[in-house]
Amino acid sequence: MTFIAKPKIRHPSLPKNGLGFTRRDYEGALSTLCAGCGHDSITASIVEAAWELSLEPQNLVKLSGIGCSSKTTAYFVSGGHGFNSVHGRMPSIAMGANAANRNLKYIGVSGDGDTLSIGLGQFCHAIRRNLNMLYIIENNGVYGLTKGQFSASADVGTKAKKGETNFQPPIDPVLLAMTLGASFVARSFSGDKDQLVPLIEAGLNHDGFALIDVLSPCVTFNDHEGSTKSYAYTREHYEPAVHADFVPLEREITASYGPGEALPVVMHDGSRIVLRKCEDGYDPTNRSAAQVYIQERMKEGEYLTGLLFVEPSQNEFHSLNQTPDAALNSIPYEKLSPGSAGLEKILARYR
Amino acid sequence: MTAQINDFVIKIATVNGTGSASANSLLMKSIFRSGIPVMGKNYSPSNIQGLPTWYEIRVTRDGHVARSGRVDIMVAMNAETYARDVREVAPGGYLVYDSTWPRPALLKREDITVVGVPLARLCNENFDGVRTRILMKNICYAGVLAALLDLDVERIRELLAQTYAKKPQLVDSNMKAIQLGYDYARQNFSCPLPLHVEKMDETSGYIMIDGNTAAALGCVYAGATVAAWYPITPSTSLMDAFKSFCDRVRVDSETGRRNFAFIQAEDELAAIGMVIGAAWNGTRAFTATSGPGISLMNEFLGLAYYAEVPAVIFDVQRVGPSTGMPTRTQQCDIMECAYASHGDTRHVCLYPANPEECFYMAAQAFDLTERLQTPVMVLSDIDIGMNDWMCRDLKWDDTYRPDRGKMLDKEEILKLEKFYRYLDKDGDGIGYRTLPGVHPKAAYFTRGSGHTQYGTYTEDSAEYQIVLDRLMKKWDTAKKLVPRAVIDATAGSNIGLVSIGSCDGAIHEAMSVLQAEGVAVDYMRVRAFPFSEDVERFLSAHELLFVIEQNRDAQFKSLLTLETKVEKSKLRSLLSYDGLPISSQFIVDGVLAEVRPTPKVQPLGAAHG
Repeated sequence: MTFIAKPKIRHPSLPKNGLGFTRRDYEGALSTLCAGCGHDSITASIVEAAWELSLEPQNLVKLSGIGCSSKTTAYFVSGGHGFNSVHGRMPSIAMGANAANRNLKYIGVSGDGDTLSIGLGQFCHAIRRNLNMLYIIENNGVYGLTKGQFSASADVGTKAKKGETNFQPPIDPVLLAMTLGASFVARSFSGDKDQLVPLIEAGLNHDGFALIDVLSPCVTFNDHEGSTKSYAYTREHYEPAVHADFVPLEREITASYGPGEALPVVMHDGSRIVLRKCEDGYDPTNRSAAQVYIQERMKEGEYLTGLLFVEPSQNEFHSLNQTPDAALNSIPYEKLSPGSAGLEKILARYR
Repeated sequence: MTAQINDFVIKIATVNGTGSASANSLLMKSIFRSGIPVMGKNYSPSNIQGLPTWYEIRVTRDGHVARSGRVDIMVAMNAETYARDVREVAPGGYLVYDSTWPRPALLKREDITVVGVPLARLCNENFDGVRTRILMKNICYAGVLAALLDLDVERIRELLAQTYAKKPQLVDSNMKAIQLGYDYARQNFSCPLPLHVEKMDETSGYIMIDGNTAAALGCVYAGATVAAWYPITPSTSLMDAFKSFCDRVRVDSETGRRNFAFIQAEDELAAIGMVIGAAWNGTRAFTATSGPGISLMNEFLGLAYYAEVPAVIFDVQRVGPSTGMPTRTQQCDIMECAYASHGDTRHVCLYPANPEECFYMAAQAFDLTERLQTPVMVLSDIDIGMNDWMCRDLKWDDTYRPDRGKMLDKEEILKLEKFYRYLDKDGDGIGYRTLPGVHPKAAYFTRGSGHTQYGTYTEDSAEYQIVLDRLMKKWDTAKKLVPRAVIDATAGSNIGLVSIGSCDGAIHEAMSVLQAEGVAVDYMRVRAFPFSEDVERFLSAHELLFVIEQNRDAQFKSLLTLETKVEKSKLRSLLSYDGLPISSQFIVDGVLAEVRPTPKVQPLGAAHG
């Protein structure tokens, strides 16, 4: 139905956020993905999160690589600039854009092929640099646009639509990110909006690299019997380990959590993520213990979800680089050029 | 032509990593400071320590900037290359060697003067520690040359004092080594040699600088704030220089904050991605690399071309193909840069001829890339980038303000009814761009996939073609904006030399030699791609054209035949691709062989080759 222009209906009864915008104001172009695609649900969650956060649309920069997932940046927040770059190279575009203006929110949407195969290097190095962005992987274990090849996140033993079995071990982005020192690592499921929306809100406000690996079934090439990334299989095997709620600075914490069961993590700007454990024995603030726990559950075929690891981020790129608070793209030329007098001094050592 | 006072070539053969670079630059700088024009070329190995390395100093009272192609004084410090080094000395020339160890009499030549100085012995007797002795041995030969050539020892002391301002004890030890060599030579040989230097006053208003440093300085003055790169010889020194300049002039004295971002990427693919991301988001951004890096950047360059994102790329060319010879020079990326990436892509290229032009063209590249909203590549090479060249003082016009091109600010956006990124409103093929964070009305979606002039996705043939054709219109606009060729048609000859970049110095010298031989030629140095109108005119106005370049495949000639109307039959290639900077002799020989096949004329320098 992509040939139908999306009508701009604004019913007066639609709820408005702090900026006076309705959810519709955070939508984008009509999706061209298959009906029922998990990615569209994620898009809806991003719209919801941006609306709830009362983001100025122009302050959200949307970045992507190539693949089904990467198309989705056109489907939300049309008031923000988007950059659909080349396959696996979105992190470098994000790095440059963020270097130019540290005062915008950067959201990257990628897929398992885009991140874990062709883009594995850039993904790892974005984490290493602690690039301040929210990085969402729409993970379906399969290449969709090229019709059903396994991706690097395909589980051992999973079956392709045409019957082939995968024997190569998967690369797990969550474990990888934790090993590389990421300070915000989450996993979710496209079908669990209640879990995903607060994760997106928290991730956008995390002062550093925030990863959300979202299991997002491919209805066309990976939703069959024998696939470990189908809707049915994912629903059965995903296990919320910890629930996170994002509490913006301006909002008071409501007393809905009893003491002892809620763990607030204070972010750099004073806002908070309130964590609630769903599993005993899981500690989302202990990197090594969390890693072991996730791995053990994976061996049993269970995918733990939620905000699996979080710590207040340090040494985000700009804090290490000591760039000014103002965006680099706003520094007046007069402050950048030492002028002819400065040149005279510089050249003295070349005489 | 014979060697004379203030007109000769010294070649120094040493072992890489033994401190000879400081001795050589000390020698060159002291000659420069005595007012005598001088050229220095470094032929170093791709190695940290142990392989042979050479340094050539040409004392040139006439101010030539290229290799002549001959050697008058050889300082043979490396046993490994001794035999070939001895062979290279021109008849009547001199050989300075370390006489601590005997050299085979076989290699002795009757037609040169041999100056044996026991450098190792002198240093072993006077310095402690193996490393110090090795380093001082090299400083010591500078002392020997100072005596033989009548260099001003006080100038040398002054230079050492400046170099080691923070380590005064090094000034004393270095001076001691200089003095050892100096005294030994004075006591044992008749100094100075007939070939020596005499003070002149021809270097005031000049500096000695390498092209990478000058280009980095140009980036500072252009107001570039984001620099991303992956280390690769020979471009790394450009980035190092940018950082060191920024550490000096871009750190806020009150807050300590740095008005630049310097990012070492994980590879060249990421480096160019960062530059594109940063420029898309409104900073002036650049990267520096060499041929292998350009190969890796191809995909992103195509994106920047099609999505119309600015980016400045310095390609300091080195010998290819593949890894090639990473520390030797060539002009071998001409075709690669012109059409980098798949699909119908073409890129604006600038071809500086020397460090001075590296400075100005660096600044100009940023204006062009933002005006044209397309990548601009600046192609220098190892000869320009890594060697110290004598060039005119760099000047800066304080009224300069960056040309940001068609970039809409908030007020302009508010006046618009609707914003379309790729619409050619002005008929010059260039649309208007906006930056993220300014206003939601001006948000657009940048993509490398097919798009309409309104910025939306398309697979419609006609809509796709409108954009692709408009890009060619922009290309025509570029022809009017890029630097024009430098044309010397004073000879009024029907023979023309055509070249680019670092061949320039050798061509100028060759032209004066040719003139003396009765062969007057015109000369056009092309400074940019796309070719401007004047290029076409020069090509059609001459009957015989020598296209001079430093690669095997005549890449520049190919580009000329592809992109101009020139008749192929008028073109002759002179191709130098041995990895050394092109010499004037090579050009003289090449031109004469064609225009005057017989009789053979006396070559420049009696014993070339």
